[in-house]
Amino acid sequence: MKKTNCDVAVIGAGPAGLAAAISAYENGARDVILIERDKYLGGILQQCIHNGFGIHVLGEDKTGPEYAEHFIQQVEKLPINCLTETMVLDLSENLTIQASSKQGILHIQPKAVVLAMGCRERTRGAIALPGKRPAGIMTAGTAQRFINCEGYLPGKKILILGSGDIGMIMARRLHLEGAQVQAVVEIMDCIGGLSRNLVQCLQDFDIPLYLRHIITDIRGDKRVEGVDFAPLGDEGQPQLDKKISLDCDTLLLSVGLIPENELSKKAGIQLDKITGGPIVDKNFHTSVPGIFAAGNVAQVFDLVDHVSICGMQAGKSAAEYARGELEHFSESLSKVKAGPGVGTVLPQVLSGPADGPLKFYLRARQVTRKALLQLRNSQNEVVFKKKFRTVRPAEMISVTADNLDCSANEYTFELIGEDNG
Amino acid sequence: MDKNKNTYKLLCIVCPEGCEIEATEIDGEFAFEKGICKRGQDYARQEIINPCRFLTTTVRIKGGVQTMLPVRTSEAISKDKLAEAMQQIASIETTAPIKLGEVICSNVANTGIPLVASKTVAAI
Repeated sequence: MKKTNCDVAVIGAGPAGLAAAISAYENGARDVILIERDKYLGGILQQCIHNGFGIHVLGEDKTGPEYAEHFIQQVEKLPINCLTETMVLDLSENLTIQASSKQGILHIQPKAVVLAMGCRERTRGAIALPGKRPAGIMTAGTAQRFINCEGYLPGKKILILGSGDIGMIMARRLHLEGAQVQAVVEIMDCIGGLSRNLVQCLQDFDIPLYLRHIITDIRGDKRVEGVDFAPLGDEGQPQLDKKISLDCDTLLLSVGLIPENELSKKAGIQLDKITGGPIVDKNFHTSVPGIFAAGNVAQVFDLVDHVSICGMQAGKSAAEYARGELEHFSESLSKVKAGPGVGTVLPQVLSGPADGPLKFYLRARQVTRKALLQLRNSQNEVVFKKKFRTVRPAEMISVTADNLDCSANEYTFELIGEDNG
Repeated sequence: MDKNKNTYKLLCIVCPEGCEIEATEIDGEFAFEKGICKRGQDYARQEIINPCRFLTTTVRIKGGVQTMLPVRTSEAISKDKLAEAMQQIASIETTAPIKLGEVICSNVANTGIPLVASKTVAAI
């Protein structure tokens, strides 16, 4: 078994990992190892050939591969050790990494670790989809990889379940490649993705969108032949008398993303039940000293720019920890909770003292017009507030609060529609 | 009664507010409801007169470490040219190595706008 020591090891070379590795090096870590299971760096950006990346971080509207290349070029200029085709199998509480590579099993002992494994797609099993199990049912991301990287069209007549961004983007992609996109079916009252994708991916090509509809049956023995779906009644029951049957040979699922935390669990990291990722402080430090988590592994973001920003912070903090300049947060410090109207909040822990502005990422529970976001402390005093004309669950809110007292306080974010008081 | 009066309804995508814009066009002049911002009005005007989109797709690449090369139009092209552009791009095959930003086709669907590589692909 090959044994290596290093300052910082970054697991995953997607946008979070690339930014973390660069930032760790630039902030003084000299031995930085970037571990990637794929053959190439870039992660999921490689297959996201559409534009819309980098508007905040680079000031330019780039495609996924272009955005990735910007960071890959920086990594390649620095003496960062990139281990591609290397899969991390185990991570322990004392930061020992075991990975499988072409050279055999590697044993890496870093002084700090950045988790940047990203997220994975929710599959059919997770949403208990009724009907048969023929070929032709796959996640939207799988179809994206088939088309954009491998050059195969996964089907000719497509139905898409879920109106997340990947689902809508794949509707346009398949339409442009000559497939017939029959419909996008969404269980919620509103789309799951960004409005720009509703306009430019569905409305541009007259692709029908069925909100508040649910799949009731999948037909076909060997290959998908069709899908039945029905509107939901007032009590959330499918109204079978209003059932719609459409023929299709492929069903794509775009029904949500789950942070990928198998390794985090092995290392004994405390996870947040709501975000699905590790509980972190402002430095993206997890509950295990020396392990940091950045990007979609911590919480699913909708813009890659925010993922890169988190990656940079996590990389910097990991470098500081490796030098012994950063302390781990203790149990007694302040916690931040998602209160009424708020779905998720990051970071969940405040490590003191607050030496400047603190950035928070939140998700609203529902579409709210004239929304007021407030942060209350343990004494129920409002210590921060901000107004928004509209907040939507699909579009993450990022706010910066100043002068928070981080010693043993419990903070709660709440979002209220101003009209309701 | 105005002869050349048209009304349009569209969803603004300029910022996260996602306003529903109603625009009235009378003899080529646009009128908007109160409260629609300047950026929203510009967006709506462009969307009504000539909606443009970046086209991002792939072309086949020979002799490279990958089989598909992601490409994009260097500028947004008229929305009604997208289908024609896809037809034209379907017949393109390129050869590695290709550098990010390299022109793959100089004139997409007679728009005068080039198609460029959005990734560097090394030769095998």
